[in-house]
Amino acid sequence: MFPFSFEWVWDMGHYVFLGGMWYAIGIISLGLTYCIGKTILDMVSGKGGGHGDHH
Amino acid sequence: MDSALIPKGVKRCSFPQFSIGILIVGAVLLWGVYAMLLCWFKGLNQTGMNDSYGFALWIWADLAVIALGGGAFFTGLLRYIIGKDELKNIINFAVVIGFICYSSALLILGIDVGQPIRSWFIFWHVNVHSMLAEVAFCLSIYFSVLAIEFVPLILEQKQIDEIPFFHNLAHNMHEIMAVFAATGAFLSCFHQGSLGGVAGVLFGRPFAFREHLLVWPWTFFLFTWSAAAYGPCFTILLTKIMEGITGKKLVKDNVIDLLAKISGWMIASYMVAKLVDTWYWATVTAPSKGLTFMDFYSDGSGLYTIWIIIAELFIGGIVPAIILTNKSWRANKALLLIAIILAAVGVCLNRWVMVLQVMAHPVLPFEGWFAYMPSWQEVATTILPVAYGIILASLAYRYLPVFPQERELNPVED
Repeated sequence: MFPFSFEWVWDMGHYVFLGGMWYAIGIISLGLTYCIGKTILDMVSGKGGGHGDHH
Repeated sequence: MDSALIPKGVKRCSFPQFSIGILIVGAVLLWGVYAMLLCWFKGLNQTGMNDSYGFALWIWADLAVIALGGGAFFTGLLRYIIGKDELKNIINFAVVIGFICYSSALLILGIDVGQPIRSWFIFWHVNVHSMLAEVAFCLSIYFSVLAIEFVPLILEQKQIDEIPFFHNLAHNMHEIMAVFAATGAFLSCFHQGSLGGVAGVLFGRPFAFREHLLVWPWTFFLFTWSAAAYGPCFTILLTKIMEGITGKKLVKDNVIDLLAKISGWMIASYMVAKLVDTWYWATVTAPSKGLTFMDFYSDGSGLYTIWIIIAELFIGGIVPAIILTNKSWRANKALLLIAIILAAVGVCLNRWVMVLQVMAHPVLPFEGWFAYMPSWQEVATTILPVAYGIILASLAYRYLPVFPQERELNPVED
């Protein structure tokens, strides 16, 4: 899973497989960070709090 | 008692009535938990698995719920990426079903591995050449995507929504839900496919083995396709069951019709691919291994005879495809119900043969068909996710705005 794991090899299998995995984890993490960060900024700037329809 | 928690403008049954229902299902849940603990503390000797059946009832249940839960990723793809806006009225329920199905699948795997305390090995010391490693990675990451998709619905609960931070967070999550939906579709395609790939690469098991496109056997593509095709049928089926239990219409007919139509054409196209695959396997692949088509359907017990492939491909595939692709038949409530039930049974049967018939068929000329009978612990732990799913779906329906059209379809006088 990590380059410091003893069985790690710098080959195509690890690039593709773990590259895909970290890519997906990266997008999810960035997305969540964006949502939480934007919410905090909105609250601080007083933009948040309105009640609208989300759907 | 809990009226303050119930969404605005909708009516729910009384709290005692709801509690009695939950307690009854909760008793079944506890039975499953007891069996699960037996398997964890005493080991896999509690199961009916043997040297021939390393994969058994659990893995069938696992593959079946993952296929049925495919409605979440495919409906999300249609709603957020392709832009089928009408599906916003059923996407919440699709996400709830997906969350239940995938958490159930992970629970089943947690029991099946026998040593759950070492389950992190599959991540940390990953074998990048293993289809199952890909399944484990994509399954667990996609489950986190489903949890993220579920969070805004929880945040819209009447009292939580009153808190500005959570209201705003739910709004912001909705804004970029397409990113999560696209990631979920990417992950789903790979784990659904790899589950099929596990069967297709078994070159020592001619019933399952298929020709490859690069490193992927045809079963890889067929599993992804079938999950996308049949998953929405299960979403519609559970919506209809929910409507039957509550005695209310929860989703407008045009939404159901759209999802059923898309599902019908997906099943139809899947059936074309599946029939070509079956024909090629029966006439080329299997003979190249020294076997004929009927060798795979000669089980003396009568379970694995020709009826099973007829039930899977014709009754559970072609029939629902014909009904769902025909506008007037789809509009008929009874025919629609028959089609979605047959479709759900059909995909479960497909997963059954790809797990259990593969194990049952003899691989050496002097062997007979292998028998397997699940123990009560396996049955209980397979029913456990069903009880858990009923409880979670009931709680979600009672306290969360799962169906956006419910208020409009069932006006309540205050």
